[in-house]
Amino acid sequence: MHEYVWLIPLFPVLGVLINGLLGHILPKKVIGPIACIAVGLSAILSTMIFFEVKALPPESRILNDVVSYTWMAAGNFSVDIGFLVDPLSLVMLLVVCWVSLLIHIYSIGYMHGDPGYARYFTELNLFVFFMLILVSSNNFLMMFVGWEGVGLCSYLLIGFWYEKKSATDAGNKAFIVNRIGDFGFLLGIFGIFFFTGTLNFQEVFAKAPSTFAYGGLEITLITLALFLGATGKSAQVPLYTWLPDAMEGPTPVSALIHAATMVTAGVYMVARMNVLFMMAPISLMIVGIIGAITAIYAATIGMTQFDIKRVLAYSTVSQLGYMFLACGVGAFSIGIFHLMTHAFFKALLFMGAGSVMHALAGELDMRKMGDLRKHMPHTYRTFLIGTLAIAGIPPLAGFFSKDEILYKAFSAESTVWETGGVILWAIGLTAALITAFYMFRAVFMTFYGKSRVDHHVAEHLHESPPVMTTPLWILAILSIIGGWVGIPWIESLNLFPQWLEPVMKGKAVVSQLTGGIPAHAVHHSLSFELMMALVSVIVAAIGIFIAYKLYIKNPELPERLTYGRFFPVYHLVLDKYRIDELYDRLFVKPTLWLSDKLLWKVVDDKIIDGTVNGVADLAKGWGNWTQRLQTGYVQNYALMIVIGVVLIFSFVIFLN
Amino acid sequence: MLPMSYYLVLGAVIFGVGVLGVLIRRNALVIFMSIELMLNAVNLTFITLSRYLESLHGQVYVFFVMTVAAAEVAVGLAIIMLIYRNWGTANIDDINLMKW
Repeated sequence: MHEYVWLIPLFPVLGVLINGLLGHILPKKVIGPIACIAVGLSAILSTMIFFEVKALPPESRILNDVVSYTWMAAGNFSVDIGFLVDPLSLVMLLVVCWVSLLIHIYSIGYMHGDPGYARYFTELNLFVFFMLILVSSNNFLMMFVGWEGVGLCSYLLIGFWYEKKSATDAGNKAFIVNRIGDFGFLLGIFGIFFFTGTLNFQEVFAKAPSTFAYGGLEITLITLALFLGATGKSAQVPLYTWLPDAMEGPTPVSALIHAATMVTAGVYMVARMNVLFMMAPISLMIVGIIGAITAIYAATIGMTQFDIKRVLAYSTVSQLGYMFLACGVGAFSIGIFHLMTHAFFKALLFMGAGSVMHALAGELDMRKMGDLRKHMPHTYRTFLIGTLAIAGIPPLAGFFSKDEILYKAFSAESTVWETGGVILWAIGLTAALITAFYMFRAVFMTFYGKSRVDHHVAEHLHESPPVMTTPLWILAILSIIGGWVGIPWIESLNLFPQWLEPVMKGKAVVSQLTGGIPAHAVHHSLSFELMMALVSVIVAAIGIFIAYKLYIKNPELPERLTYGRFFPVYHLVLDKYRIDELYDRLFVKPTLWLSDKLLWKVVDDKIIDGTVNGVADLAKGWGNWTQRLQTGYVQNYALMIVIGVVLIFSFVIFLN
Repeated sequence: MLPMSYYLVLGAVIFGVGVLGVLIRRNALVIFMSIELMLNAVNLTFITLSRYLESLHGQVYVFFVMTVAAAEVAVGLAIIMLIYRNWGTANIDDINLMKW
């Protein structure tokens, strides 16, 4: 079955072709189902391949070069279009396909009545195609194609309502910020090819231990360049600024691209390169630090926002930070685990927010919501499940993955930074507290309290149609049970890390290179692990309690607090630490200034235009001058002939 | 018999007169006559060399030249006549249609 893996990305392409070329003639009733069927077929096929691979013994589960077609070859450089089927890519294929399918179905209801209906589904299918290429490729270059492709689709879908200036601006911002990251990714690819002479993942990982020195400069720079790519795509500090603005796109797009799938590509990439990252402990430390900083930083901004989608956007940035934190302490499989559970509950939360917007005629401001739970029971219940999952309440999905990340951070074995793990753990735990707080703040402001909805909007309050609530419920169920594949305390139930074990060779490579794990491996007893879990649950409960106190018991208290002593701090956070303004000052304005004053008015106008016009002027001047020879008098021409003849004769006579 | 150089110098002088005539005279008809002068100077050179080299090739060429000259006179005179009819003059300084 696995040899048909190339069909998985092919089905969405068929959807793109049908809807893209014929979308303007096809009736709306057909367009949505075509897109859904295209993704659905991919989902079914990837599930079948999953079960096939699952039946194999663990060590033979990596199927490289499943399809191999030489894409380009020049000298000893050769790149294939090839697929890699292994536990990691299968997890990604399953998550991407199934979550995409649910969001496609939801979109049928959500986008109903939009004039760009066919365009929407075409672009959404195109996105799925590129995402599947990204996760199933077996070499760097093809992965890069997928990487750029999802960036393009993200740009197209953020600016989907292109008549809105803010939407097109947000699209441009996402594209340009990502370009900085892609530049790093490309540099990393160059470096890898320069040193190993190949771009195939398996070959690179096999050659890496003999090519690079453990902790050497080359591998550190390469992995840092790759990580720069990951910070762009996965919205980490310092390149996170595009993601909150990306909420200008339709809400299902935010759910699919900017929460569940595309933004996790960076985490996938880092996990895929775990051999390389494990060989560069300094890079690994930086990954962990950036992850922790992002986790807490974005969470604090999430506390102050009033736009429900922006709260979720900052929450996404923060959760992605957790995933990188996991990778940074060497727990790559836990990072992927959190990626999966996050895909479930964050897609659910976004689509719940979309459902609320749908009912409130596009209203995003939580100050104009409230008391919606009676009107929208399905949305309310599923949103609450998603919130409990992200807050880390057992036994929901988010609890298992997030708690495991915190535990791994606490017991991290680092060669360069002894106490680092504990600091990362402390930051992660604080971020967990804030997460629980701001998510329940969102729930309380939206679904509880007094209704602050405008009167004429309130009259039309309605629950969304089943085509939208069904995907919500499916994702809600996944958000509950999704974590049960990785229960860390019971060996036989800790399936997820075991499943990914064949891919995570980094640890084995490192212990081979350094002769055993250098730092003392920390082993804690089960009771200690359970205690740690209890701590995170208590922390989450505290967060929820504070939110309850502030937004249910004393709804006027938050406002008073913000005008007190906390006024400056509060406004700094409300303005997102004014980082956008800082970047504007530091990068955007100087670039614009330079482009205007130097590149446009000097380089383009003077140098480039000057050269082109100068050549033309030269030819013209020369012509003007030489045309005087054409007097029209026959005798002048005859004189020329005579002079010529005399010259030739004298030349022949005097020089010979 | 006179030395060959006498004839060749005479031919060169006549040719030179013809060239000067073409370059400096203004009347089309005189220019035309100067061209004939150049042709005949060449004929004289041909015959001289034919005689001294004791070869008939030169004389054969002279016949060709005379034939071509006759044809040229027919065409050339016709052109000059038409120029005169159209412009009312045969002064070639007034005719510079080929100017830029």
